[in-house]
Amino acid sequence: MKDGNFNQWGKPTVAIAFSVNGKPVSVEAEADTPLLWVLRDDLGMTGTKFGCGIAACGACSVHVDGAITRSCSVPVSDIAGKAVTTIEGLKNADGVLHKVQAAWIEAQVPQCGYCQSGQIMAAVALIEAVGTPTDAQIDEAMSNICRCGTYPRIRQAILNVAGFAADAEGAA
Amino acid sequence: MADNPNPDIDLPETGDAPAAKPKRKGIKRRIFLAGSALLVGGGIFGVWWTDSSAKARATSLIGGEGKHAFGTVMTIAEDDTVTVFSPHIDFGQGSHTALGQMLADELDADWDKVRIDQAPADMAFANAALAKGFLPSMTGEFAAGLIPDAVIGMMARSMPLMITGGSSAIRFTGEVAMRRTGAAVRAALLAEAADRLGVSESELTTANSVVTHAKTGKSLRYGELAAGAAERSLASDPVLKTPDQWKLIGKPVFRRDIPAKVDGSAVYGIDFTLPDMRVATIAMAPVRGGKLDSVDEAPALAVKGVEKVVKLPDAVVVIAKGYWQAKKGLDALALKWSDGGNAAVSTPAIYAAQDKLRQTAEKPDNEGGVGDVDAAFGAAGVKLVEAQYRVPFLHHAMMEPFALTGHFKDGTLTLWGGLQDPLSTRVKAAKAAGLEVDQVVFNPMIMGGGFGRRFPDLVEIIDQVAVLAKQVPYPVKLVWSREEEVRHGTYRPQSSAGLKASLKDGQITAMRMDYAQSGNAEGEVPFIYAIPATSRRHYAYQSNQIDGPWRSVNATQIGFYTESFMDEAAAAAGADPYQFRRKHLAEGGRHQKVLDAVAKRAGWGSPLPEGVGRGIAIVESFDTIVAEVVEVTLKDDGSPRIVRAFAAVDCGTTINPLNAEAQIAGGLIMGLSSAMGEAVTLDKGAVVESNFGDYPILKLADAPPVVEVDFIDSGAKTGGIGEPGLPPASPALANALAALTGKRIRNLPVLTQAKA
Repeated sequence: MKDGNFNQWGKPTVAIAFSVNGKPVSVEAEADTPLLWVLRDDLGMTGTKFGCGIAACGACSVHVDGAITRSCSVPVSDIAGKAVTTIEGLKNADGVLHKVQAAWIEAQVPQCGYCQSGQIMAAVALIEAVGTPTDAQIDEAMSNICRCGTYPRIRQAILNVAGFAADAEGAA
Repeated sequence: MADNPNPDIDLPETGDAPAAKPKRKGIKRRIFLAGSALLVGGGIFGVWWTDSSAKARATSLIGGEGKHAFGTVMTIAEDDTVTVFSPHIDFGQGSHTALGQMLADELDADWDKVRIDQAPADMAFANAALAKGFLPSMTGEFAAGLIPDAVIGMMARSMPLMITGGSSAIRFTGEVAMRRTGAAVRAALLAEAADRLGVSESELTTANSVVTHAKTGKSLRYGELAAGAAERSLASDPVLKTPDQWKLIGKPVFRRDIPAKVDGSAVYGIDFTLPDMRVATIAMAPVRGGKLDSVDEAPALAVKGVEKVVKLPDAVVVIAKGYWQAKKGLDALALKWSDGGNAAVSTPAIYAAQDKLRQTAEKPDNEGGVGDVDAAFGAAGVKLVEAQYRVPFLHHAMMEPFALTGHFKDGTLTLWGGLQDPLSTRVKAAKAAGLEVDQVVFNPMIMGGGFGRRFPDLVEIIDQVAVLAKQVPYPVKLVWSREEEVRHGTYRPQSSAGLKASLKDGQITAMRMDYAQSGNAEGEVPFIYAIPATSRRHYAYQSNQIDGPWRSVNATQIGFYTESFMDEAAAAAGADPYQFRRKHLAEGGRHQKVLDAVAKRAGWGSPLPEGVGRGIAIVESFDTIVAEVVEVTLKDDGSPRIVRAFAAVDCGTTINPLNAEAQIAGGLIMGLSSAMGEAVTLDKGAVVESNFGDYPILKLADAPPVVEVDFIDSGAKTGGIGEPGLPPASPALANALAALTGKRIRNLPVLTQAKA
């Protein structure tokens, strides 16, 4: 046995430990690998999407220690010791949808759906920060791109969230 | 079907049909099929939909233990589950749910027990309904009616046709295949129940997947009847419900695909993974038409995780452990390309060449219109109005970049990904890989948008993966970066037009549009105004780019030209833009009603807040008429912000109002986005823009907070819903800005007119 960690090509890598959706993980990755690709390619968690790679579209949005973060542009080395929440982690332990997810279904928001993981993560962060947001707060916080043009329903779903039971306590 | 020893042998005539048959009406043919039948009676022929071998093949693919297949469209399982197989891909337009609604309504199925699946990418599922729908545009209505459905089915398989586009799913597949299949299968279930219960069919009723005999209180579930019913003949021309009998059609049913799209569990093409799979990414020649000159592979191979560099004639691919490693490898390469002789191509040069073509060509490539426009322009006492317009190339910007996985093993190439036409994907991949079509398997997956970009004919990633997969022993997923996506699109064409009209007594006496672009819009985009003399002349201009269909195709630019110019003509006549349009539309016709509806909803003519302008436009595309009103204001930096937006729609019948509203509102917003800031520009033959930083998509803050959509249920033939919301948006915005600022915007996009 060689000392230290090696990837499948025998090259040394660094183990980076953090948590994803409450579970501790340790990945062998190069320090500059964006969190997005660690989630998707290394951990097989594909709910977080690749859209642009330059933090312009928000499809890759996750929470890092509760803060909305575009994971395509954050090196995994910056995540060491932190808590990451992805779209897969919004349901509570019993599998009940987060109230924002439920609002998304009730308002029939998604069309192609590809951007919606990121939109939902952004909406959850907004609601956790301000409770019931104003239109102006929604304008400012919801800067993710949706090519299908679901914006009016995104806005409606966020405004409706207050009408749903907070049935996902402890999630996100 | 399980009992039939030879499903390839069908008895198309009446002789051996079981005793309790669906009633014959007029000159109709029926087919008797053991286990598998689907028949569509279009016109008096009422002949076959699928031939026997296609049916047998379809049955083998979708039938199974305890599941009984009805043609290539649906199965009923013994637990009552009805599975509807859609030949159309759903890339977010909601057609899967709508097609299921149409079939389930006619079937009287329990909606909670209906599931909608993607039809396998197999020739047996080639969409004859689609061929039938599009045929009139190829042959004319009369000739189309004379072609038997069996021949159409053969045509669909030979094309092969499993395409999604032209806003066709509901118009053709839904109306022709889904409703009739549902009704015919219901009739077969009734007949089976009547035999089993020994009662007359007329005493039976159906509801929620149960046949009930009210007199005795006996009932049979569809799942109990399925095996017997599947042995029966299906009527070619079943009686369809009238709109007052609909329980699902026209109702705001929730979409079936949405739950998996809110919890991250939906697996898109880019999400697909296999054990031992590698991920690749690509750099293509920056100038369309250029080739790879040279590359030293070493710097890429020195990057951790990179396994292989593959050279293609016009591209370089790096294969690695994951996307990030592949991208790092690709970025490490110094790539040298040729320009294919296209170094002089630029956006201004294309506009200049188009202007020159329109002015100097001996004759147009295509022409449409009525009356003598030149005579009307020369008539005494007319006022002439003229204007020139320009619109740029547009990128589709589907949010999921292209991704396709291929694995070549034991002589078979298997593909996984999202493309608009599963069957022609196989054909294209087979050609690129040097295989027979039978050696290619394609697994269609959920798509993160399409908007016209995923028609296989124009999708290079199919060829790239086919070639790549044959060179490596493991499965490989090729992912395009957003930069490659932006720079190697099949764009909405760059286009320009000159319009001219003559006015007399406030009325347009003649109108002409000369437009230069690659594609011909004549026969596609109808001219809706009742003007005595009209002319549209197409001058074909092709740059080094590949122009493709972009949501609503030619209706975007033709709509922008026509509807901007109608406002300019109204201004020249000193008339209100709404009233001016209104009096040029057929009195009491569908267009006028749609225009009136949007004007009423928007409160046209009512006072607006200070600093807000209002614009209107109406465009017909894909048999659907849409009028929109946009209200706009200017932000502190002078850029526009949409305050409110309204749409009125006549698509004949609305299958799912909840989804139709979303499609129209989404189309309107995409149209506003394109008009506001989107442009693909060329310099030295290459695309200048690279990502969302310089190709801005409208964001929530600048989009209308609410889009109010009204549907007019005219009962006219069912029109499309995915595309027609888009075309009126850009002229409505330009008209609103002109009303607000007095400045007419003739070159799009609004934010960067200097580029034009």
